[in-house]
Parts: sequence; C-alpha cells; structure tokens
Amino acid sequence: MNAAAATLQIALVGNPNCGKTALFNLLTGTRQKVANYAGVTIERKEGHYTAPSGRSVRVLDLPGAYSLAATSPDEAITRDVVMGRHAQEAAPDLIVCVVDATNLRLHLRFVLEIARLGRPMLLALNMMDAARRRGIRIDTAQLSQRLGMPVVETIAVKHGGAKQLIEQIDATRPALSPQPSTLASHSFDLHADVRALLAATVSVPRRTAAVDDAIDRVVLHPVLGLAILAVVMFLIFQAVFSWATPLHDGIANGMQAAGNWLGDTLPDGALRSLLVDGVFAGLGTVLAFLPQILILFLFILCLEESGYLPRAAFLLDRMMLTAGLTGRSFIPLLSSFACAIPGIMATRSIPDPRDRLTTILIAPLMTCSARLPVYALLIAAFIPQRTVAGVFNLQGVVLFTLYVAGIVSALLVAWVIKRLRRDQSEHALMMELPSYRLPHPRDIAIGLYERGMIFVKRVGGIILALTVLLWFLSSFPAPPAGASEPAIHYSAAGMIGRALHTVFAPLGFNWQICIALVPGLAAREVAVSSLATVYALAGNEDGLQAVVAAQWSLATALALLAWYVFAPMCISTLATVKRETGSTRNVIVLAGYLFGLAWLASFATYQIASAFGA
Amino acid sequence: MGASATVLDVNDNGTNDRIAQRLRDLGFVAGEPVRLVARGPLGADPLLVQIGYTRFALRRAEAARVTVTADAAP
Ligand SMILES: Nc1nc2c(ncn2[C@@H]2O[C@H](COP(=O)(O)OP(=O)(O)OP(=O)(O)O)[C@@H](O)[C@H]2O)c(=O)[nH]1
Ligand SMILES: [Mg+2]
Repeated sequence: MNAAAATLQIALVGNPNCGKTALFNLLTGTRQKVANYAGVTIERKEGHYTAPSGRSVRVLDLPGAYSLAATSPDEAITRDVVMGRHAQEAAPDLIVCVVDATNLRLHLRFVLEIARLGRPMLLALNMMDAARRRGIRIDTAQLSQRLGMPVVETIAVKHGGAKQLIEQIDATRPALSPQPSTLASHSFDLHADVRALLAATVSVPRRTAAVDDAIDRVVLHPVLGLAILAVVMFLIFQAVFSWATPLHDGIANGMQAAGNWLGDTLPDGALRSLLVDGVFAGLGTVLAFLPQILILFLFILCLEESGYLPRAAFLLDRMMLTAGLTGRSFIPLLSSFACAIPGIMATRSIPDPRDRLTTILIAPLMTCSARLPVYALLIAAFIPQRTVAGVFNLQGVVLFTLYVAGIVSALLVAWVIKRLRRDQSEHALMMELPSYRLPHPRDIAIGLYERGMIFVKRVGGIILALTVLLWFLSSFPAPPAGASEPAIHYSAAGMIGRALHTVFAPLGFNWQICIALVPGLAAREVAVSSLATVYALAGNEDGLQAVVAAQWSLATALALLAWYVFAPMCISTLATVKRETGSTRNVIVLAGYLFGLAWLASFATYQIASAFGA
Repeated sequence: MGASATVLDVNDNGTNDRIAQRLRDLGFVAGEPVRLVARGPLGADPLLVQIGYTRFALRRAEAARVTVTADAAP
C-alpha cells in the first residue's frame, strides 16, 4: 500500500440496479453501460477522478449482488473484492455502499452484511429524487448514527448529484478511517436489524410506486400483456424498415454519386478502380445501413431504460422453461439482436450454469445487427414494397419472419440441448422487477451517438481493410491476354470463389456469393460490401441492389437469407464463447451445429423455391 | 390477485439448498408481509411476489419453499 498511499482506492458496492454504475459515470466522467434491470454490470471496471483536495481517487465499479453468499459468477467478483480475496484486486480503502432509497428493506440488509466485515465504509442513499417524489422521508443523521458510518444522499442521474458523496469521500483518510462501530445489537438476525433501523429512521407512505402497480396490471396481464409484447416486438421491425428507407436510399444514392463523380475525375487505372469499385461501392453499401441500425438501437435503449425488459422475461419465462431456457435468458438474447458478443457476456448474470451454457450456445441465432445489411439488401431487391392487410409493410413482414425464424430455431436447439442433458435438477428464476423509469432523451441520444460511432468506426476500420483486401484479391492476378471472361474470373478471389462453389452450388449460391462469404467471417456486413466490390469489378455500374435484382433468381436470394439466419461463422463470437466458457469443445459444437443448420436450411429453401419455379 | 399473507418459514429442499438460502437473503423471513401481484400467462407460472418494497418473479417450485399464513381478505 505504501506506493499507492496517495491514491485512495474506493469500491462501489450494492444490490443490483441501485445506480452504482450511474454514480461511477458521474464520479469519473466515463460512460459505462447503465440500464434499468438487475445484472447490467458483470465485470469490475476501474476509473479515476481527482478529489477537490487534489488527491487522486481510484474508483471500482462492481457487479450488483444480493448477498455475499454469491450464486452467480458476477456476484462472486463482488464478494471477492469486498472480502479482499480477489486475485488481482487489493481490498479497497473505502467501501462505498450504494442503496436505492426507495428499496431500503432489501438493500440495507446487504449493507449490514458488509458492515459485519468491519472495513471502512460509507453509505450513499441513491435515487433520492425518486424517493422524494414518492414521499419517502429518511432521517439520515439518525441512520448514520445507528449504522456508525457516514450517510450521504445522491442522485446519480443528475448533474452535480454526487456532490455530498465526493466531499465525504475526500474527508476519508485511508489510514485513519475508523472501523465502523459495531451495530448496537450486532445480532444474528440481519433482517430484524433492518426492520428496527427502518422503523426508527424511515417513513414510507406506500410500499410501491402507484404508477408501477398501474402499469403492471396492464403489462403483466396474462392476455393483454402477451399481446402488448408481440406488438412492441413487431413495431420495432416495421419501424426499422419503413422509417429508415428514405434515409437509407439517400445515403446510398449520395455515396454512389460521389463514387461516379470520382470515377469521372480520376484517370483510368488501378487507383480509380480501388476507390470507385472497392471503397465507394463496398463501404457505401454498408454505410447506408446506419439508419436501420440506429433505429434498432433506439428501441433497444428505450426498452432497457424503461424497466420493461424484466417484465417481458416474466411473461416468457414459462415458455422459455419448456424450451430448456429461463426467463433470465431473455435479456442476453435480446442484446444479441444488437450483437452476440455483449449478449454472450451478459449471460454471466444467469446463476444456473446449465441455463447459462444453453443461452450462450443459442445467442448467435438471434439476428445480430451485422446481418441486417444482408437481409435489408436482399429484401429490398426481391420483395416488393407493398402494403398487406391494410397496414403492414410487406418488407417489414418478411424481415420480421426472418427474425422469428432465428428465434424458433434457437428454441428448438435449446430444447434438444435440454433433452441431451443428464442433470435434470431444478433451475431457479428469482428475478427482481424494477420500477419503471422514463428514459432521458439526452442519455438515449448519447447512447445512439456512441452506437453510431461504433458502426462508422467499424466501417472505417475492419470493413474498409477487408474491402480493400478483397479488391486486391479480386483484381490480381490480371487476366491473360485475350481472356474472354471478366477479369475477376481469373483473379485469386475468382479462383477461391469457384473452388467454394462446389460446396455451395446445391444451395443455389453463385461464385460471387461464395467469395463474399469468406471475408464475412470477420465481419458479417462485409458480405454486402464484398458483393458490391465483386460486382463493380465485374463491370456492373448500377449499384448492388439493382444488379442482384436483375441477376439472381428469387430462389438464390431466399437461400442466402436462410443461410444468414444461421450465419454460422463470426470469428469474434467464437472467440467470446471460448473466453466465456473456457472450453474449445463448446466452440466446436457451436460452429459445427450452426454450419450444419445453415447448410440444410439453405439447401431446403433453394430446392423448394426452385421447385416452385422461383 | 393482490392476496396478502405473512411468511411463516422457508423450508430447505434437501441439504445445502441455495435457492432457499437466497430466498431468505431476499427477505423471505418469518413475520414479513408478502403479496401476490401477478401470475405468468402460461400455467399461472411464474408468480410475481411483493416482499418489502421489492417485486420478485418466483417460479412455483421456488415459491413452494415459502410457507405463509393468509391474512384476512383485504
Ligand atoms: N431517478 C433516478 N434513477 C437513477 C438514479 N441512479 C440510477 N438510476 C437509474 O437506475 C437504473 C440502474 O442504474 P445502474 O447504474 O445501471 O445500476 P447498477 O447498480 O450499476 O446496476 P447493476 O450493474 O445491474 O448492478 C438505471 O435505469 C438508471 O438510469 C437516481 O439517482 N435517480
Ligand atoms: Mg452497474
């Protein structure tokens, strides 16, 4: 400790969803993920700030825990850090216990459990805004005296809402901070202590927020609730298509115009081809899907902050249990619609290891946003823009169907895994439903901006690199003199494509698609930019969508859609599964079953569609 | 729905029952008032139970560990 004596080490500890990460962000000026359900933070995260006195403070944000008797991997991290048993983390100089002031009956018990450890600590009563709105009155002076530790009020979602906390932390001297005086009773029964504390220091007019009860009566209604859930999910897919189309077309046309202008200005040659056929045709096609991705995230962010997600998990738990899952799988699986990687990591909040593994294995079947460009391209090219049954956009309906196909296969796979498993003992749910909260437009806007930047950086990074690489492979070696086919036919990529074609011909894939599948391993969106590059190099000037609509059969398009429902390979997903489960066997099982399903589904789709003359 | 009761006890299912232990940590202890808030749409499972100021979704098998005495109908 000598070297680091100048730096104060503090850790934020508390029940799930009490606002630890919101406080962490407020203290350190970072933007870790905050959302309205238990189990958002699943790893320890460190940050720094300088206290008013000039002292530097290192803050540790920890996963929420209900008790030191941990039941899930994320709770175990918190237990180990708090008890000073963590392999890489020394015990903090000061434990900042965070509680939700509207949920003290539950949260104070954990505070008392930690207080028993006898380490220096202070209590932050967070969500004081919500508590005041509900008329909850807390005698902080009295509470502080009874607990034998400083108590401060905070509002983690308000600018300056941690002022008292910052001052109180600054007043702490690592060496001198007193051991919290043992509680008056220090009894065996923490619950009795909490009741006594509450009776003496807190007045609560009503146990729950009236709004929560009113909303829950509708949203959790057995019939109405399921109907609302279905409508919400369906609306998202409609919106992704109908709202985004004008923006998407605008970007696509703009990029194409820019590419054409550049093509006219530059002299003919390799550089011109690289820029026009590679960068503009390839990247432009992917970039145009930014609006779709932002709209998808707009909905996900609003749902996450509202508190609705655990309700959806409640409604679906029984169905998911039948399929071999748990309602708790719902949130990781929903995150997987954005990307399977955070989804797979979010499974750490699932206490049962069997449920967790099943969820990890099926997460890649949820259609991630990287697949959206592929779906959107093919749908726009082959499915007419038409209204069905008066209100539905046909393209939106097809998109919804593809997502549903992924979900249904996931449930089937989970069911098979459940059947194959020997250990059939009980699985637990025990899930907290939080208070509803209105999302802050500012937070949503920042979240969207961050998401948008991640996508744009991906386009400018890995997708650009792969597109350029593909352009090289598709342009060299140059065709022999007097060649009759387009140049790409003789290139390295052409050869690879034709070799793969033998495996994929029964699925109706042409060699251009086969080429595009390869870089799609590293980033799925690249399948689209690769197709754009391949076709542009083959001399098609009209933009990918028009080319595909003119040159592919409907059966081929449908087969490729079916392929992407399973889209077996994404290297980063496989690496995440390896890291999270520590088992190569799981990775092989995952890649193997996905590839098998993808091949079979595409094969069946192509053969059936061809038989119908599509 | 909305039925109120008071917890009598949480019974372990076998030795070292982590589910029962967790239920106690969450506040299911003797004398604590509980209220049934909602039931799941399929087979009335899971149950949404209010304990203290918190709502927990419990599967029937979990909730079965908690014995309660029904309060007089509100
Ligand atoms: N009204 C209000 N909402 C808050 C406050 N602090 C946090 N929230 C909200 O509470 C929810 C949970 O916040 P988080 O910071 O993610 O909670 P956490 O304790 O880190 O949760 P886990 O990581 O799951 O343990 C989010 O919806 C926040 O917007 C507050 O002071 N007032
Ligand atoms: Mg957190």
